[in-house]
Amino acid sequence: MKEFDTIAAAATAMSSSGIGIIRISGDEAYSVMQKIFRPHNPEKKMNEQPAYTVHYGTIADGEEILDEVLVMLMKAPHSYTAEDTVEIDCHGGRLVMQRILDLVLRNGARPAQPGEFTKRAFLNGRIDLSQAEAVMDLIQSRNKLALRSSVSQLQGSVKQEIEKLRSAILYETAYLEAALDDPEHISLDGYSEKLLKKVQDICSETEHLVNSSENGRLLREGIKTVILGKPNAGKSSLLNVLLGEERAIVTEIEGTTRDVLEEQLQLGDLSLSLLDTAGIRSTEDVVEQIGVERARKQAEDADLILYVADSSRPLDESDEEILELLKGKNALVLLNKSDLNPVLTFEMMQSKTEHKILMISAKEEQGIHELEEEIRSMFFHGEIDFNDEVLITNMRHKAALLEAKKSLEMVMESIQNGMPEDFYTIDLTDAYLALGRIVGEEMGEDLINEIFGKFCMGK
Amino acid sequence: MNTVYRETCQAIVIGAGHAGCEAALACARLGIETIMFTVSVDSIALMPCNPNIGGTSKGHLVREIDALGGEMGKNIDKTFIQSKMLNVSKGPAVHSLRAQADKAEYSRSMRRVLENTEHLSIVQAEAAEILTEEKNGKQIVTGVRTVSGAVYEAKAVILCTGTYLRARCIYGDVSSYTGPNGLQAANYLTDSLKKLGISMLRFKTGTPARIDKRSIDFSKMEEQFGDEKIVPFSFTTDPESVQIPQVSCWLTYTSEKTHEIIRKNLDRSPLYSGMIEGTGPRYCPSIEDKVVRFADKNRHQVFIEPEGLYTNEMYVGGMSSSLPEDVQHAMYSSVAGLEHVRIVRNAYAIEYDCIDARQLYPSLEFKNIHGLFSGGQFNGSSGYEEAAAQGLMAGINAARMIMEKEPLILDRSQAYIGVLIDDLVTKENREPYRMMTSRSEYRLLLRQDNADLRLTKIGYDIGLISEERYQQLLEKEKQIQAEIKRVEKVYVGTSEEVQRFLEEHGSTPLHSGISLEELIRRPELNYEMLSSVDPDRPELMRGVAEQVNIHIKYDGYIRRQQKQVEQFQKLENKKLPENLDYDEVPSLRIEARQKLKEIKPVSVGQASRISGVSPADISVLLVWLEQRKGKKD
Repeated sequence: MKEFDTIAAAATAMSSSGIGIIRISGDEAYSVMQKIFRPHNPEKKMNEQPAYTVHYGTIADGEEILDEVLVMLMKAPHSYTAEDTVEIDCHGGRLVMQRILDLVLRNGARPAQPGEFTKRAFLNGRIDLSQAEAVMDLIQSRNKLALRSSVSQLQGSVKQEIEKLRSAILYETAYLEAALDDPEHISLDGYSEKLLKKVQDICSETEHLVNSSENGRLLREGIKTVILGKPNAGKSSLLNVLLGEERAIVTEIEGTTRDVLEEQLQLGDLSLSLLDTAGIRSTEDVVEQIGVERARKQAEDADLILYVADSSRPLDESDEEILELLKGKNALVLLNKSDLNPVLTFEMMQSKTEHKILMISAKEEQGIHELEEEIRSMFFHGEIDFNDEVLITNMRHKAALLEAKKSLEMVMESIQNGMPEDFYTIDLTDAYLALGRIVGEEMGEDLINEIFGKFCMGK
Repeated sequence: MNTVYRETCQAIVIGAGHAGCEAALACARLGIETIMFTVSVDSIALMPCNPNIGGTSKGHLVREIDALGGEMGKNIDKTFIQSKMLNVSKGPAVHSLRAQADKAEYSRSMRRVLENTEHLSIVQAEAAEILTEEKNGKQIVTGVRTVSGAVYEAKAVILCTGTYLRARCIYGDVSSYTGPNGLQAANYLTDSLKKLGISMLRFKTGTPARIDKRSIDFSKMEEQFGDEKIVPFSFTTDPESVQIPQVSCWLTYTSEKTHEIIRKNLDRSPLYSGMIEGTGPRYCPSIEDKVVRFADKNRHQVFIEPEGLYTNEMYVGGMSSSLPEDVQHAMYSSVAGLEHVRIVRNAYAIEYDCIDARQLYPSLEFKNIHGLFSGGQFNGSSGYEEAAAQGLMAGINAARMIMEKEPLILDRSQAYIGVLIDDLVTKENREPYRMMTSRSEYRLLLRQDNADLRLTKIGYDIGLISEERYQQLLEKEKQIQAEIKRVEKVYVGTSEEVQRFLEEHGSTPLHSGISLEELIRRPELNYEMLSSVDPDRPELMRGVAEQVNIHIKYDGYIRRQQKQVEQFQKLENKKLPENLDYDEVPSLRIEARQKLKEIKPVSVGQASRISGVSPADISVLLVWLEQRKGKKD
């Protein structure tokens, strides 16, 4: 039974809770831990520690300390998965957890598939199927929004959409096969051009579904919102106002926020992940420079950027840089400190950007309600509608769609390269199978994976 | 009192058609004392229908039979009169070899081989009864009783009765209880099989008329030549030895008039009047079927093919029929070039008893009778090649059973033979089963050109391939690998000669040096063509260049197909124990449970191909198996 490799994943949601847990399971769990964990007492030999003990220390990536953690050791078969297991209790927050997880993965574990810990518990005879399913139901119900959409998609819309694509592919495959077997009665003259068009259609519909997974992700993970602005423009105050608690350190000294702070904010049904970032300015402080770089990077993948501009100060190089960064992105410009005498006016800003501009005062909590309304309308109106839109929220589905799309592109490539017709069917079949795995009509690589993979990421 | 003739051997083959011949040869060559029964020694390896071997996907079967040590490929190489590689304009997966046979020579030549094979005796007799005994609650074959009462004892019996069981030939309202060509039918065995609990089906097939060559106006037809460079079927045949003068076939068409005659007389067809109860093949339809099914076509192809060098009889390919004699005359005369046709033998349909092959294991042994095997049309297939392939496998597995060895089972990713047998023993089959390229999921890997690379080792391990032939295969493999590596490394410069070569072949000129491999990949070029810019090309064995070319040109496709095979094999490798009690598996649907109990699939893969077993049932089965496995550990 010990044929499994070592896997790792976050066992708690990757968001800003007080504590996050990274779980490593498998034969190599201890050795992975030893490579990255530095016990507080450097004399302590981690491989000699008894099971069910907890150890204090740090997680280090070479010289860099990532976090202070507690490490908990469990020995097979007395763990959740019935394998050697190490759990790292670190500070909550996406970034910290992500970095520790990356480090774990670089040191010999591979990312756990959705539901894989539970699957192993099941396969190792620790729990039976109904228990496994119960666990996964629980994990799934943790996120109500995603649950709502995943229920609706399994009930019909996605399935219908996928079946439509599948039957279109099947029709073409069948036609090709029939023509190969009975060339007298079924002609392939001019068929390639027709097929090319059809495959293009199927491919773009597949792509549309892939794109809808973006909306699905917004539902599941929240709108990733980054707050940008030069130092001391009021980003952290804004964050605090939105969250209603003192979280980021707000001081008068420029560059106080050196890292990225992550918070969850509920706006009605929608959850926003807010990332406050270090102010953007050229700096020679190494630590802060890393923060600045990170801020840029975060802004690159953000769903929404809130640019906080200090209306009491004129636009400078840093602002210009930020404005450059905003181009082509979803963004709102917030003219902060509207309670003070503005040096930078609405009109001046308007000439610099195409994005919507709002006047706020984070300190006086003015304009905050308007901001919330604006975000809501940007992401809620028409764009995300459970009833009409077919949404892909399951990452496994997205992966299968991407696979199908790739195969369809290869069919087009074969046609364009003038390959003989019998070559088309190889990739058509792959596309058909990939789509079939979404709706459970095809045996995937391993059915047990399928069954367990249907559930959300978690234990 | 011993009034009955008794004899003991090890294996008995009933029937001397294409399945029977391969089965008997396989057994005897593996050292098993074998007796082959036939109703007529003169009809050994008879070709009662089309005068050719091979064709789309069937050519693949012949190559595979050859690679495993069977006889069909060698025999047609000795007796063909025209040969053609079909579909050469398409991809390598659908290239198919087809050879026109001299029917009488084919039969004679095969008979000679059988008669001179050690451990094999031919006996002209009709088998009437399969003898069995019960041991540990299981039926076991003990031998065969002939119609005359003689008893032959054996450990294995292979049924290759073709279309002879209770055969009945029909055209119009005329019917006679004979096998093909008026040969004696076998009327007793069916009852014995039924008594053993075997359920029987009744299938139908048909053949067109044979006509007198002298009555044909060939000027109205298109001549169909054989290939200039003939490729033999067998990997052992010296290609030089088959470069012989060939005879032509002829292509003509039916006319609107033909269709009108047929439509007017449909009510006189025994098929439509209900006189024929058997189910006919959709994929080898009679001309009346084609006229009805493709009503919008105003003509159908008709191939006029010689039956041999010894005779003026010509086969009218594409026009099999069971219409009455007078209609046949009118119908054939309406085809361009056949206006004054003289019919030598008229077309007829034939009905015969066969089985639902789901009663067999993939080894072709009956599930409920140990030692009883079957192959060929008896199993519900159609075609000489399909029959020979099954005969070979049944023979090999009967011999292995006697030698107490594991059966040889080829899967769908290894051979068309695997596809053929898996389909027969797994899927419901309501008509004679014909091999087709579309039935094979992995056909880019199962090409006719690489059958030897796929299967020779298996044939060698079984004992049907000689050491010498196996060594040659290893050498071939080595050369292929070495040559692929070499062309990856040989760079072609931008010399004037190279640029000229490229220009001549409509290929983009080079800006800088490029490997031969990359040039081979270009759609307009191939390995063979590039010899003029590849001065260091080594001397290679037969077939190596072709493999190198295919490997390089279609590399991406081949790898993607191999991935598909890996997926397939995951379920194929999950074996299901024979004694698995499906009642113990919770949540299976009733239909699935019944089907699984009935068919007893050997693997989850086979189970997933049974109609009536859904993906959900397979999930349930897999989860249950994993759990059980977990408990055992």
